[in-house]
Amino acid sequence: MFSAIIIALLVSMALAITRALLGPTIYDRILSVNSIGTKTVLLMAAYGFATGRPDFLDIALVYALINFIGTIAILKFFEYHDLGSGAYQEDDY
Amino acid sequence: MMIETLVIVVLLTFLIVCTIGIIVLRDLLAAVILLGMYSLIAAGIFIVMDAVDVAFTEAAVGAGISTILLLACLSHTSHVQKPQQHNNIWALIMVSLTGLLLLYGTMDMPGYGDANSPAQQHPELAQRFIHESGSEVGMPNVVTSVLASYRGYDTLGETVVVFAAGVAVLALLGLKRREGLEPEDDEPESGNRRVSRQVADGEQDRGNDGVANS
Repeated sequence: MFSAIIIALLVSMALAITRALLGPTIYDRILSVNSIGTKTVLLMAAYGFATGRPDFLDIALVYALINFIGTIAILKFFEYHDLGSGAYQEDDY
Repeated sequence: MMIETLVIVVLLTFLIVCTIGIIVLRDLLAAVILLGMYSLIAAGIFIVMDAVDVAFTEAAVGAGISTILLLACLSHTSHVQKPQQHNNIWALIMVSLTGLLLLYGTMDMPGYGDANSPAQQHPELAQRFIHESGSEVGMPNVVTSVLASYRGYDTLGETVVVFAAGVAVLALLGLKRREGLEPEDDEPESGNRRVSRQVADGEQDRGNDGVANS
């Protein structure tokens, strides 16, 4: 059963990567990298249970946090063109 | 095991696809995003290969810090790559040759997970760590006891080096930012910017005090 879950996760990762490569707008890519991160976390959890070592769950949780930080950084850059200041700049993006 | 091979092969294919995407795409922001994706997938491969600590580092450094650093670089430059004018055929040949040499170099190495490799058979190091670390250090994970206890001073030195590098990079970036804030006086100020400038001024004042005191 875990094998089926892992295969389904790999297929959805492939779809997300396809979207990241083709994605016409930056929103597609941000969404796809976010969902790749989620799929990695899920893959880790499923793989841990499939091999009988659910200790991987802790690492999966840390991955979820790192993925969140990365997404926040990308979104902040996209919004402000800058990571240092919190100022809003009107710009054509 | 069947599923392990499948996961590793598929994830490695994803890595190749991501790399080709990074090379082909002209939008640098998309390339940075793909690089973060690459690190997450690589970390997944390391997890499947049981190298949990390496996977942790890959995720924290590759997906977390390098994404942020590359975005900080992009905020100082354009985010579209210029089309290349010259032909890079010699560079491609050199890179391919180097890659082939590296592949040739791996021929001598023992197979993945080989219990009879010299590194696993060393009587005073590997064997001793495997048999004694449970009673000597008390960690269930041998890698952790080697990292934090048997070679603890080495790890401490490593951490100090990385910390010093991080402080240096932060100092450089911080100086850059304060200079960058000055010429934007003519723009209408939002509340956030005023706050950030006050914070920056406060830091400068403190810096000056520190210089005066010393």
